[in-house]
Amino acid sequence: MADAGVTQHILQKEAHRPPRRKSRLIRTWNRNKALWLLFLPCLLYYLIFRYAPMFGLVITFKDYNLFKGIWASDWVGFKYYRMFLENPDFWPLMKNTFLLGLYKLVFGFPAPILLAILLNEVRRAAYKRFVQTVSYLPHFISNVIVASMVIMFLSPTGGLINNLLAGIGIGPINFMNEPGLFRGIYVLSEIWQHIGWETIIYLAALTAIDPQLYEAADMDGASRLRKIWHVTLPGISPAIVITLILNIGKVLEIGFEKVFLMQNPAIYDTADIISTYVYRVGMVQGNFSYGASIDLFMGVISLIFICTANWLSRRLSETSLW
Amino acid sequence: MVKSLRFSWFNVVASLILLFVVVITLYPFLHMLAVSLSSNVNVMQNNISFWPKGFNLSMYQLVLGDPQIWTAYRNTIIYTVLGTIISLVVTSTGAYALSRKDMALRNSFTVLIVITMFFSGGMIPTFLVVRSLNLVDTVWGMVLPGAVSTWNLILMRTFFSGIPKELEESGRMDGLNDIGIFIRIIVPLSKASFATIALFYAVGMWNNFIFPLLYLRSPDLFPLQVLLRNLVLAGSASSGDVTSIGGDNLVVEESLKYATIMVSTLPILVIYPFVQKYFVKGAMVGAVKG
Repeated sequence: MADAGVTQHILQKEAHRPPRRKSRLIRTWNRNKALWLLFLPCLLYYLIFRYAPMFGLVITFKDYNLFKGIWASDWVGFKYYRMFLENPDFWPLMKNTFLLGLYKLVFGFPAPILLAILLNEVRRAAYKRFVQTVSYLPHFISNVIVASMVIMFLSPTGGLINNLLAGIGIGPINFMNEPGLFRGIYVLSEIWQHIGWETIIYLAALTAIDPQLYEAADMDGASRLRKIWHVTLPGISPAIVITLILNIGKVLEIGFEKVFLMQNPAIYDTADIISTYVYRVGMVQGNFSYGASIDLFMGVISLIFICTANWLSRRLSETSLW
Repeated sequence: MVKSLRFSWFNVVASLILLFVVVITLYPFLHMLAVSLSSNVNVMQNNISFWPKGFNLSMYQLVLGDPQIWTAYRNTIIYTVLGTIISLVVTSTGAYALSRKDMALRNSFTVLIVITMFFSGGMIPTFLVVRSLNLVDTVWGMVLPGAVSTWNLILMRTFFSGIPKELEESGRMDGLNDIGIFIRIIVPLSKASFATIALFYAVGMWNNFIFPLLYLRSPDLFPLQVLLRNLVLAGSASSGDVTSIGGDNLVVEESLKYATIMVSTLPILVIYPFVQKYFVKGAMVGAVKG
């Protein structure tokens, strides 16, 4: 307390002193130089690897030429955006990206909530811990391995799933060559990979629920399901809302790696999404300006998505990210 | 307590669903292990599920006899160790500075960082930056462009903010400056936090596939994930079931691929049970503080 009094005294004294700009700058520098030095590597990282690429986006308005470099290349205005909008691939790509994200949201979002609620109902701590430990595991397996497993298990020649199907008399299905099956396969593999890990946030929220609420519900004669409905779910609803906003914002940001690893030209009809198209056009074929334009176009739509989701949630539930 | 031990359908159904989750998660790994350890005849007859039949290690001899695997392993370990150290140093120093409420420009720096969570330059401009720095096809191209994960940075900042101010003040009394306080007081107090974030970075680096795809050209530098993709996925489209390697030594492609997957996943599967609790702790900190 004495300390605070002294500090306040000094502050008051300083407030009365006429401001001398130069000395204040020097004092700020002296007081902060060590902290700024600690922050410097981090700042450099963000400026070089996060902000420089943002300024590099000017190539989307230029005819980027490898030899001329960014600044000397010619301005072309919205040429590449028009090119993308007029491309016959535009609508299929938008549709694939949007539907894949939407499917993932609709089926992938509730899955960990259900698992968390079930885990919460388990009375035997050891069994609960065992299920948790096992279910987190696939989250740490690389996308290359998960994609390999999916493709090999679904292989028409000797794949695990087709062997099982053969056991009940269903002929071999070439899963990875059926455009109609890709979205389902992708979403199922995503759920398999991340369901356990995503329960953590809900399990954390569940521990914060007051046990007295359950006791009160018991007094009122509520069944297990009723307690889940009236106590558990409302208890974790803030966590659900936050996660939902984040997920809605990410609908169009489907992980490039896994889709890229799982797709093949036979199923491009449903499996080709914006990010894999950007990679093919931009990186493989070397149309840097065109690829970057498509990426920026989607980035802006994504940003609109997350802002809208956040705004909606603030209006409806008073929970929001910012 | 007595009440909870009574038989109820709810418990039975819940336990069964959870058991199903466990089986679905573990069975694929057991199946791959069983196939990779079985004899060729049994693999071709498709009659392996849980348990290897005609136990043999020839697939593993084949995989481990391939010099490519060892190069890829070495590269992955180099990238993981180097990348984790760099990431940890840059992230922890940055997070500590941000956690200090008395740092000038703190809010500006925070805004600068948070913006990148919502908007980025994207794949191609980032590649152009990496290329213009001559990082393409070098070890640095693997470890620098992803050096800081904003999520981990925020996790660490949250952790550092929870350390009592008095400890810093006592350090200052003893004549330490901010850097001294960080090294002598904050780091020793935050070992668990450092371990958690290091694990997050290490797993990310070990599993990274997109950086080598974009930034590496020469096969000598390829990490495991790229080799794995080339062996398991890229090879799968054209060739048939059986590959012949040197004369009449028939190798069933499926078990060879499973053996390759097992060999490259083993480190994670082996250390996972020991480090799992740290992951969960880290995720919990993130979950509770949002």
